[in-house]
Amino acid sequence: MTATAKSNDLRVGNTSTTKNYDLRRRRILWGWLFLSPWIVGFFLFYFIPMISSLVFSFTNFDLSRPNEIEFVGLRNWGSLFADPNVGASLLNTLKYGLVALPLSVIIPILIATLLNDKRLWGKQLVRTLFYLPFMVPTVASAFIWAGYLNPETGWLNRFFSTIGITLPNWMYDPQAIYFGLFFISLWGIGNSILIMIAGMQTVPSELYEAARVDGAPPLTIFRRITLPMISPVIFYNVVLTTIALFRFFDAPFMLKGSTGNPAGSTLFYNIYVYRVAFPQQSMGYGSTLAWLLFVIALIVTIAIFLVARRFVYYANEEN
Amino acid sequence: MATKKNTAIAVPAPSENTQTSTVLFHHARRYTAGAILTLFALLLLLVYLSPFGYMGVTALKSNEQIISGSLLPASPQQFEYQGELYDVVNVPTENGIQQWALVEPGRTTSQFIDPANPSAGLIEWEGRWRGLERVSSLDLQWNNFAIAFERVKFPRMLFNTAAIAVIGVVGTLISCTLVAYGFARFPIPGKNVLFIILISTIILPRQVTLVPTYAFFAALGWTGTWLPLLIPHFFANAYNVFLLRQYFMTLPRELDEAAMIDGANPFQILLRVIIPQAYPVLVAVGLFHFVFAWNDYFEPLLYLINAPELQPISVGIQQFNDLYTREPALLQATSIMALVPPVILFLLSQKVFMRGVVVTGVDK
Repeated sequence: MTATAKSNDLRVGNTSTTKNYDLRRRRILWGWLFLSPWIVGFFLFYFIPMISSLVFSFTNFDLSRPNEIEFVGLRNWGSLFADPNVGASLLNTLKYGLVALPLSVIIPILIATLLNDKRLWGKQLVRTLFYLPFMVPTVASAFIWAGYLNPETGWLNRFFSTIGITLPNWMYDPQAIYFGLFFISLWGIGNSILIMIAGMQTVPSELYEAARVDGAPPLTIFRRITLPMISPVIFYNVVLTTIALFRFFDAPFMLKGSTGNPAGSTLFYNIYVYRVAFPQQSMGYGSTLAWLLFVIALIVTIAIFLVARRFVYYANEEN
Repeated sequence: MATKKNTAIAVPAPSENTQTSTVLFHHARRYTAGAILTLFALLLLLVYLSPFGYMGVTALKSNEQIISGSLLPASPQQFEYQGELYDVVNVPTENGIQQWALVEPGRTTSQFIDPANPSAGLIEWEGRWRGLERVSSLDLQWNNFAIAFERVKFPRMLFNTAAIAVIGVVGTLISCTLVAYGFARFPIPGKNVLFIILISTIILPRQVTLVPTYAFFAALGWTGTWLPLLIPHFFANAYNVFLLRQYFMTLPRELDEAAMIDGANPFQILLRVIIPQAYPVLVAVGLFHFVFAWNDYFEPLLYLINAPELQPISVGIQQFNDLYTREPALLQATSIMALVPPVILFLLSQKVFMRGVVVTGVDK
C-alpha cells in the first residue's frame, strides 16, 4: 500500500506544481544560484588545466625543454595508432577492470548489509574496523603490501605454507599480480561500504514492516526493497568505480612503479600516461594519451548513465 | 487517513508480543543470530585487517630486525658472563635442548655457560657449534614511536593536518550540498549535460593537468601557502556532489512541497527539510573529505615543498621514505599515530549512522 500510494501522490503533486510557468522560471533561477559555486569553480580550477592539456596534445611539449614548445598538428594523435603500448595497456586495463568492477560493487553491498544488520553487536567498532584500512596513508600501505605479499617473508604466503599450501608469487607472476592488486583495492572499500550503509539508512522502515507483515523471506526483501531503494547509490559506485578503473594507478604504481613488470602485466593505461609524461618527459604525447582515455571513459560513463535510467529507482524526478 | 506525523521516526520498536514465552523465544533467537553474525564479522575482519598486524609489527622493529626478515621484532639473545657478551644458542643434550651461552667455540668441543645457573661454571659440550641455532627473544622497539614523534615534529604537523582537513570539510560540505541540491531538485535546462561535464572533471588523469594547475596557482602567488589545498574545496567537487545528488533524489518530495506551500523558499527548504533528512550522507561526505585531506600527500608536497612549517603529516611521513635512507619502522610508527584522530572521529560519527534517520511518508 505504502509504496504505490506514495508514488501516485507524487506524480499528481509534480504536475500540478510544474504547470505553473512563472513558478517554474523562478525555480530555474534558484537552480542556477545553487549550481553557481560549481560553475565558478569549474572555470577557475578545472577548465584552464583541462584545455591546457588538450592544447599540449597538439604540441611537442617536453618537460626538459619547456621553452621550445612547438605546434605539431595531429602528429601526437597519429602516433597513437603506431604505438603498441596503447593497445597493450588498454587491454590490461580492460582485463583487470572487467573482473574488478563487479566485485568492487558487490562486495561493499554484502559487507554493508552485514554491518547494517540490527542484530550485529558492537556495530560502531566493527564498522570503524572495516573503514580503518581506508585511512592508512598511501606511503604506508605501499610498504605494508609489498611486505605482506612478499613470496618468502610475506605473511600471506608464510601462513598458507604452514598449512601446506603454496601460494603463487604475487609480485613476479604476471597473472597472480592481478590478484595482488585486487587485494590492495579491497583494502580501500571502506568508502563504498559507508556509502552503502548511508543509502540503506534512507529506506523507509515502513516498507520493511509491510514486507514482514506479508511474510516475505529476507532474501526477497533484500532483492525487492533494499536493492531498488539503494540503486541510486549503487549507480554512484558503478560510475565512480568505472572511472577509477580507467584511471587505475596507485596500486600498480605502489608495487611496480611505471616499469610495467612482470612481463608488461602492470602497464595499465594510466601508468603508461605517467611513464610518457614524466619519466620520458614527453608531456605533449602524454596529454594526447590522457585525452584518448578521457574520450573513451566519457563515452563509457555516458553509456552507463543511459542504461541506468532503466534500472535506477529514484523516489521522484522532476520532469 | 492515518495519524502518522511527518517527523523522523527511529528504528521501529520490536513487534509487540502478547505471550512471555514467545518473547523469550524471540529474544533467544535474536541473541543467537547476533552472536553468529558478530562472529562472522570478526572472522572477516581477522583476514581483512591482517596486513595491519604486519604494519604494527614493522613499527616495532629495529632496522636490523627489518633487514633480517624475521616474522616478529625479535633479536638474538645474549648473556653477559664475566663482563663479556655471549650468544645464547639451542644446545641438544641428553636432557633435551638447553639454552646455553656459547663462551668458547671449539672444533670438536665447545664451552658453554648456563644462563640459569652461571655459578656452575663452564660446561663442555661435544659437537659442531656452527650448526647450533641462535635463540631469539621478543625485542619490541617501542622507542620508535617516540623517535618518530620527535623527528616529524608531530604536534605541529598534526595541527597543520587537522586545520587543512577541517577547513576543507567545511568548504566541501557547504558547496557540495548547495550544488547537489541544485542538481537534484531544480528544472535547470541542460541539467544532464551539465552533470556529465561535472563528472568529466574527474575523468582526465591528473598527470596531465598537474603542470597547468601548478602554473595557475603559482601565477596567483598561492604556492607556499595552504590556499591551493583549501580554496578549490569551497567550489564543490564531482565525487561529493554526485553522491549527495543521488541521496537527495531518493528523498520524498512531499515534504519539500508541503514546506513550499507554507511559504518557505528553496534555501529554507534545503536547511529545514533536506538537510535534516540527509545526516548520514552528510556525515559520510564530511568523513571522506577529512580522510582524503588527512592522507593527501601529492598536492601538499607540491605546493608546500619550501614551507616545511606548513606541511601536513602525510608529507612528514615521507621523510622516512627517502631514496637513500628508508626507515620503514619509523614510517609505520608515524602512520599508526596519524591514524588515531581519524579513527576517533569515525567512531564518534557512527552515532549518526546508528540513529537510523528515516523520514516516513506524510499524512495519508
